[in-house]
Amino acid sequence: MLIHPEEILETIQMLKMEHLDIRTVTMGISLRDCSHPDVDVFNENIYNKITTSARDLVKTTEDVQNLYGIPVINKRISVTPIAIVAESCKTPDLVSVARTMDKAAEAVGVDFIGGFSALVHKGFTPGDLRLINSIPEALASTNKVCSSVNVATTKAGINMDAVALMGKIIKETAELTREAGGIGCAKLVVFANAPEDNPFMAGAFHGIGEPDCVINVGVSGPGVVNAAVRELEDPDLGEIAETIKKTAFKITRMGEMVGREVSRRIGADFGVLDLSLAPTPAIGDSVAAILEAMGLERCGTHGTTAALALLNDAVKKGGSMASSSVGGLSGAFIPVSEDAGMIRAVEDGALSLEKLEAMTSVCSVGLDMIAVPGDTPASTISAIIADEMAIGVVNRKTTAVRIIPAPGKDVGDRIEFGGLLGSAPVMRVNPFSSETFIARGGRIPASIQALTN
Amino acid sequence: MTSSRFVITVIGGDKVGIVAGITSVMARFSVNIVDISQTTMQDLFTMIMLAENKDSDFDLSAFQKAMSDEGDRLGVEVKVQHEDAFRFMHRI
Repeated sequence: MLIHPEEILETIQMLKMEHLDIRTVTMGISLRDCSHPDVDVFNENIYNKITTSARDLVKTTEDVQNLYGIPVINKRISVTPIAIVAESCKTPDLVSVARTMDKAAEAVGVDFIGGFSALVHKGFTPGDLRLINSIPEALASTNKVCSSVNVATTKAGINMDAVALMGKIIKETAELTREAGGIGCAKLVVFANAPEDNPFMAGAFHGIGEPDCVINVGVSGPGVVNAAVRELEDPDLGEIAETIKKTAFKITRMGEMVGREVSRRIGADFGVLDLSLAPTPAIGDSVAAILEAMGLERCGTHGTTAALALLNDAVKKGGSMASSSVGGLSGAFIPVSEDAGMIRAVEDGALSLEKLEAMTSVCSVGLDMIAVPGDTPASTISAIIADEMAIGVVNRKTTAVRIIPAPGKDVGDRIEFGGLLGSAPVMRVNPFSSETFIARGGRIPASIQALTN
Repeated sequence: MTSSRFVITVIGGDKVGIVAGITSVMARFSVNIVDISQTTMQDLFTMIMLAENKDSDFDLSAFQKAMSDEGDRLGVEVKVQHEDAFRFMHRI
């Protein structure tokens, strides 16, 4: 046989039993040609641009999914940060733009649209402020719109005024979506060193250095890695790293194939392939389970950071061998609410916010989908963001915070979001105040790591 | 996509008539068998075929649906996937 039956069965097993999927095919669309001082004209322009560019996205993706028999879970769109393209709009709030994005996403049938975003790592323009102040209402009044704000980069340092503001914006967003457990915050990410080509939500936007229209693909597969590691008999850690690397290679190849075929059929550029182990609430499809397969009794115990560092590095190495277009975040995600193993670790008292913070220094993102008590002060949320931004800035990597101060909930409660977002146990925050520190504002200068020129 | 070949996998409990049922659907759609093998995966009967239809108007989704319906009738799971899904993952 031209293809070995064992290889065929291995692939079938990954798809059938181990939840291998293409998590998302995300079309990046530039809205730079849509700017207009009149917000109504601007909205019409972006609606037309999005619905024209993405007209065939869902149908084409489904055709390719059927051709290869590989499930594609989400189809998404990312657009140029709205703060940039709406800068010239003379309207005090930009909520109507978010509603237009939502309507366009609905019209073409995608699951999410990202890019209600601003890049303010060195300072705000008036448009940036209008956008950020519109975020709570925008997220409360739309279903599919995702928002992100980049408040720090290695080159610029940390805009602490933006960090302080985002604490308040997050609180307000939670309050406006109180009925749904503060779900608005699940669609809002605060970044350091945000990638311009990330296909994953809620942080996807179409960067300013990108072409007019591009297809980026996000592949997942923690279940496959988990099964591969568990199959080894009494391995040492070098053997585990090797197995993860090989598995990551195979998964990435699959994503590359799908991405190239979708972009060929649509006639758009193929951008990046982002292999990120993104867990789902399904049993076994868990990053925590992989860490536990390495020999930790519970994710979060001592040794977890080292195990995660091994995992993240092996995933990157396998991915970079498999595709020359690896980009975005590429690594392991550790969202608490979306990972059954992480939820169990929190509920068993094995995993704390402090440990998660340490883990983010060796994996691809940051504090993700974490619920904290609803009465957590805005300044504490800002301080949590500041810590995470510092890790990203100093280590020259992307870090992010997606945190939900769950209205009316306290430690020990759990909020249900449903679907891929899962359910989040409310975690304890440090009760001591960071108020004065955050109130100082200003900018934490770029670190010495930035002086590379 | 580089070829018109598909990998067909049939997985389920063994019984009389599986090969006959599946291949008759293939004949109806003028799908030729290039190679065929049989094995077991976790104690399940597993038939793997490399098959081909070069017609430019070949209706893949209709074929996939017919194969899947036949699988339901026989109590087995039938998948039709383009061969690149396997080639890309395992070969460089």
